[in-house]
Amino acid sequence: MAPTLVGMPGESHFAALEPLLERVTKPIQYVGGELNSTVKDWNCGGYGPKGDERTVRWALMYPDAYEVGLPNQGVMILYEVLNEQPDALAERTYAVWPDMEVLMRERGVPQLSVDGHRAVRDFDVLGISFSTELGYTNMLTALDLAGIPLHAADRGEDDPLVVMGGHASFNPEPVADFIDAAIVGDGEEAVLGATELIGEWKAEGRPGGRREVLRRLAETGGVYVPAFYEVDYLPDGRIQRVAPAETGVPWRVGKHTVMELDEWPYPKAPLVPLAESVHERMSVEIFRGCTRGCRFCQAGMITRPVRERSITGIGEMVEQGLQASGFEEVGLLSLSSADHSEIADLTKGLADRYEGTNTGLSLPSTRVDAFNIDLANELTRNGRRSGLTFAPEGGSERIRKVINKMVSEDDLIRTVAAAYGAGWRQVKLYFMCGLPTETDEDVLQIAELAKRVIETGREVAGHNDIRCTVSIGGFVPKPHTPFQWAAQLSAEDTDARLHKLREAIRADKKVGRSIGFRYHDGKPGIVEGLLSRGDRRLGRVIEQVWRDGARFDGWSEHFSYERWMSAAERALEGTGVDVAWYTTRERGESEVLPWDHIDSGLDKEWLWQDWLDALDETEVEDCRWTPCFDCGVCPQMGTDIEIGPTGKTLLPLTVLGSGKQTMVREQAARGA
Amino acid sequence: MAKRTPEGPPPPPAVQKLRVRYARRGRLRFSSTRDFARALERALRRSGVPMAYSAGFHPHPKISYANGAPTGMASEAEFFEISVTEQLDPEQVRSALDDALPDGIDILDVVEAAPGALADRLEASRWQMVFHDIESGELEQVVQAFLAADTVEVSRMFKRGRKSFDARQPVLGARVEAGEDPRCAILTVVVRHTTPAVRPDDVLTALSLVASFAPPRPPLVTRLAQGRWDETTAEIIDPFDG
Repeated sequence: MAPTLVGMPGESHFAALEPLLERVTKPIQYVGGELNSTVKDWNCGGYGPKGDERTVRWALMYPDAYEVGLPNQGVMILYEVLNEQPDALAERTYAVWPDMEVLMRERGVPQLSVDGHRAVRDFDVLGISFSTELGYTNMLTALDLAGIPLHAADRGEDDPLVVMGGHASFNPEPVADFIDAAIVGDGEEAVLGATELIGEWKAEGRPGGRREVLRRLAETGGVYVPAFYEVDYLPDGRIQRVAPAETGVPWRVGKHTVMELDEWPYPKAPLVPLAESVHERMSVEIFRGCTRGCRFCQAGMITRPVRERSITGIGEMVEQGLQASGFEEVGLLSLSSADHSEIADLTKGLADRYEGTNTGLSLPSTRVDAFNIDLANELTRNGRRSGLTFAPEGGSERIRKVINKMVSEDDLIRTVAAAYGAGWRQVKLYFMCGLPTETDEDVLQIAELAKRVIETGREVAGHNDIRCTVSIGGFVPKPHTPFQWAAQLSAEDTDARLHKLREAIRADKKVGRSIGFRYHDGKPGIVEGLLSRGDRRLGRVIEQVWRDGARFDGWSEHFSYERWMSAAERALEGTGVDVAWYTTRERGESEVLPWDHIDSGLDKEWLWQDWLDALDETEVEDCRWTPCFDCGVCPQMGTDIEIGPTGKTLLPLTVLGSGKQTMVREQAARGA
Repeated sequence: MAKRTPEGPPPPPAVQKLRVRYARRGRLRFSSTRDFARALERALRRSGVPMAYSAGFHPHPKISYANGAPTGMASEAEFFEISVTEQLDPEQVRSALDDALPDGIDILDVVEAAPGALADRLEASRWQMVFHDIESGELEQVVQAFLAADTVEVSRMFKRGRKSFDARQPVLGARVEAGEDPRCAILTVVVRHTTPAVRPDDVLTALSLVASFAPPRPPLVTRLAQGRWDETTAEIIDPFDG
């Protein structure tokens, strides 16, 4: 049954949803009402001179389950930034589980926001944040449940603009059929710009319809509208050229970069769900961008340059966020948190400030070479001591030179020895399999490394009660990285190599029992690789696999490799290209890549040189501490590195817990 | 093997124990007891209640939960206990905690704990089930058939598999009334707490077994009261009394 919409736009559909809640798992995820969530007046923006409404309404979607999507920082930031605007409103929506999808279809309940239970189709914009390409099928479910045509070309004046953001938008081509626009890069300033433009267009009475508003957005140079570009192909299947098909539309669309992070202290009031989520903590982003230059890392490449939040700015956000949320742990978030120029003063300052309040600190991402025990002790002073995690990524010194992860084996051993010596019992090590030029030997070196870790650990700890967990997954080459030209290792070869590694770890019984081995098989990586480096021809594959039942592809219990391969075979028939062409094929220097017209600021020639350096095992330094190596981002985007130290310190003052003053009994207070 | 003990002084001791009655209303009836526990811990931190913590590497605030209503059912009578490190004014704690919790989880009452375990004061519950599109006469017949039976075996899935138990004996009383709307009937049952607990959905299953009763929509269920069971007056006594 098709979704049936009744009532006025912006009306709550909770009454229709409520009976379904009795029959689904974890119903709390659909009811909203989280602490610090907002439901604004549908017409908060008022009306234009001729009575046209000017409120701009965003439905923000994280295309995964609520428990994964709720803690997402990107969505939380945009939600708050937009809701602060007097003439805009934002509500959230997430992917519904298959049990709920079945009931919604049965009863004709459309995709709703969790905040006001308003129909997603009633909003002006459906903004979808893709951290991973594996959320594409969930977007189609949401569009379909919402009653929005799947194809952008079929949408009418009453349908919202479907706008994508997040890291996947650096190659939006595989979903070009389904999105109206993509916003590339940092979202907080960009959504305000788009909101203003859409608001003006609405207030003018929507002249020229959706095509006109999309054109206005495209003309800014910062919004990509796939329908305004044409792609031509060569007879061998490669792209010949991508060109604007519309006047006034730029050849390349640039990413957005927010400078002065201290001026964007979001989220100020983090959302606190009743339901359990994947991150049971509040997060404060301590810097954005990374120039360590790991060649596999798309995040590090596309978020340059490094922009630090100041120590005092971070201190204020932590204080305000803890007050507003009541979380007992604060994650100091970034791509490599120990690299903040004032990390030692920051962690010490925060640990002093929250002494005795049972508030834990964590650094979700720490480099071996930037880590030390003083830092680790500050992190666990007021909280709980969990395991330590490091990511050497490559098993051998040689492969670490290829990927430019400049961590020596001795560094790693020294660091873990210090950790075990200081009382830690559990160290987790992350690796990748299938890196360019990798052989079995490179991967088997991981087993040797893990054994050395255990042997050293037992020695310094003075007992055998320590563990090391090796976690490994297949490498997926990503756009806008030096490895964008690389051949991905096939699923079979990845699995064979992982199997050999497991055998090697198990072979040594004396230390093997102290080493845990966790791996992800190669199949999901191939689908991710297909979608990461794909082009517009993949739209048919995504639609086919969704029609065949694909949902929640990031979840192993829902993912089906066979379903994807079968859909790809049918949908790509006659194109001359197939899954292997997109994944395990190495690209040449002159090939037009599907994302070349999306400008991340990185100079393609520099990327190519870095790719050659990788093959040559030549390392490149970090421009925060050495001269610029001309990756191209700063001059292209008009940006600059923003780092401390500021030399400031945190005062050991907090109002956390001060609420008790009103509760303490007077006579007891006198006695004290 | 080296025995590890946390560095630093032991946590401050508990000096007062408070008992709290709260309601779970509206859409928040879909929160589970675990959802509530998370929300409560955060609300306690936000409001500044000086909680007593357990010692050790993983200190936890001292809270004990009692007999939470199943997910999806509303309640006017849920209880928990907290231990605090200072002498607090219960009414101030009530209002601060109520402010720090989402609307729909409403703190009704806070008292200093009387001696004995809270769980011992929770012997029976009064549940209200509101049925739509059922006339009270029809429901009355079904309930009479149920009450006439000595035992009604029902079964339900537990964590360790399906279990069968009697849903009739623990039911101490049942009454049917017409709702304001003629197409609405209200069933109130008083159930003694047993192991496994007989829940309103078990009573519903039992009704369907004795009289092939199948309401078109599941009823809206609310726990109205919970407390000691007084055999002589056949009433539930407030656990905060006496």
